[in-house]
Amino acid sequence: MIRLEKICRTYQLGGQPVHALVDVDEHVTPGEHVAIMGPSGSGKSTLLYTLGCLDRPDGGAYWLDGREVARLSDEELTEIRRHLIGFVFQSFHLVPRLTAAGNVELPMLFAGLPRGERRTRVEAALAAVGLTDRLDHRPDQLSGGERQRVALARATVMQPRLLLADEPTGNLDTTSGRQILDLLDQMNEAGTTLVVVTHDPNVAQRADRVIILVDGHVVRRLPGRDVLMAANLFAPPEPG
Amino acid sequence: MTLTDLFRFALGSLGGHRLRTALSLLGMVIGVAAVVALTALGEGARRYVIDQFASIGTNLLIVVPGKTETTGIPGMAGGTANEITLLDAQALDRQIPEIDKVAPIVVGTEDVSFGARRRQVAVVGTTYEFQEVRKITVGRGEFLPKAEMQRGRSVAVLGLKVARELFPGGEEPVGRIVRIGGWRMRVIGVLAPRGVQLGMDVDDVVIVPVVTGMKMFDRRSLFRIFVQVKGTADLEAAKQKVIRLFVARHDNEEDITVLTQDAVVSTFSQILGALTLVVGAIAAISLSVAGIGIMNVMLVAVSERTREIGLLRAVGVGRRQVLTVFLTEAALLSAAGGLLGLAVGWSAVGILVEIFPALPASPPLWAVGAALALSFGVGLFFGWLPARRAAGLDPVQALASR
Repeated sequence: MIRLEKICRTYQLGGQPVHALVDVDEHVTPGEHVAIMGPSGSGKSTLLYTLGCLDRPDGGAYWLDGREVARLSDEELTEIRRHLIGFVFQSFHLVPRLTAAGNVELPMLFAGLPRGERRTRVEAALAAVGLTDRLDHRPDQLSGGERQRVALARATVMQPRLLLADEPTGNLDTTSGRQILDLLDQMNEAGTTLVVVTHDPNVAQRADRVIILVDGHVVRRLPGRDVLMAANLFAPPEPG
Repeated sequence: MTLTDLFRFALGSLGGHRLRTALSLLGMVIGVAAVVALTALGEGARRYVIDQFASIGTNLLIVVPGKTETTGIPGMAGGTANEITLLDAQALDRQIPEIDKVAPIVVGTEDVSFGARRRQVAVVGTTYEFQEVRKITVGRGEFLPKAEMQRGRSVAVLGLKVARELFPGGEEPVGRIVRIGGWRMRVIGVLAPRGVQLGMDVDDVVIVPVVTGMKMFDRRSLFRIFVQVKGTADLEAAKQKVIRLFVARHDNEEDITVLTQDAVVSTFSQILGALTLVVGAIAAISLSVAGIGIMNVMLVAVSERTREIGLLRAVGVGRRQVLTVFLTEAALLSAAGGLLGLAVGWSAVGILVEIFPALPASPPLWAVGAALALSFGVGLFFGWLPARRAAGLDPVQALASR
């Protein structure tokens, strides 16, 4: 599904180069559930946006679904984001003037799906996240958990094979957070590849595999079940 | 994305910011309304003048002393080198068969009084023919007698306003003796109401026989001669004959100008047409200012909706689609502003015509078309920059913006 080879990304911040990603090699198989962890500014989000074809690396190679991303045009990347990838953000990113249904409809609207099909899919997607009775509510009429579930419905309505979540529970209370994680797990079990950025070990422990990033370097890889037990998570493992 | 979906989406985001939308609409509405109303006014003035000329007959020649090379309106600026006389007028009448009627004119200002009432009015000295040439109707009594040009009888025809002021309370003026300057004159008629015509308030004049007028103002020459030609087809031939006659009578010197209605009308029409254009152009400037308003609003919209744009890009909306969405919003704004402005401008013109029924004001079609096209074009033009900025946003930074 995903293959990264020596991916580098450098920003200029106040005239100083910031190495967000340094020589990242990674391989994600279809249906896998991967968590990316690391302290603030470690490059987690940059890696996620790179995987989502929103950010372009300035070094290395990225193969997504067998195609080298660097060779794709802006239109082709747009197509990939439309059909292959779904995004979930920490701050939901719902359009305030649109209803829940309108927000979920957005990707299909611009993809040119016919009205009837859009309606059916909106209802199915919102039913899947348990929001059948919230179709015509605007974001400001919804709780945080409900908003994230709307965002999740929007991310999955085009039936993507890769779901990218950036701190999906970061703004939620524990109960709502657990609901969201359960939904993400369901989608992963249904075959969707899932990459979650988080700094919360409780979120990461659900993953098959956890990648630890520090200062743009992958410093550690461990199975999700080991995360809660691991001491000094963001330090490189002792040699030997 | 279908056109319907695009429009619905654009309308949704415009409707989501009502005040902002309304304010930028307002600029467009004022701009278009100004173009429509001002050009209507200019066009109304032009048609008014043309109608005025048409009302005094189309087969008319006006002989004016002095020579002007261009088709201006000589004599208005004064400065007459040579004079035209009553004998010239008589010669025209007798020697040119194409001529139907000749009305010599002399004008001046005199005090007119009856008893204790006195006022200053324009006095026109002319002949019986003036009535027909200028299409004047008499309300009471009669016009100047159909007599020899040279007879200077002491009679006067009063304009309606003069008559009412000298003889208030329905007193009968006909038959009374009024004093004009130092002259005692018998009132023989009162004109029917006519109003202002070619800058002269026909209701506010006193008409006397031309010879009387010349004596009154101590003049030997005429102000001008109105010549009515038998048929419109004879107009040009008559004009040439008039010029030749004057050249022969005035020592082989062409010292007069013969104006035709056409020349006067087309001069006025050109001047007022240009005025309409200028006024329209000034109004069009306000349209482009409205365009800048739209640009401003769209730029604010883009920066306010940066996160939305980032999200759209993340869910697979292309740069070109983002551009289209924002351009559509600008186009909808300006088109709505244009149509609304048209309605407002048209209503303003309607009210104006209601107040001044004499003014045939209606916006020329070209101005309406130009205002609409311009408002739409301006919207698109000024919407382009914000739309391009929206489309060019980096999705990652857009998503991260606050």
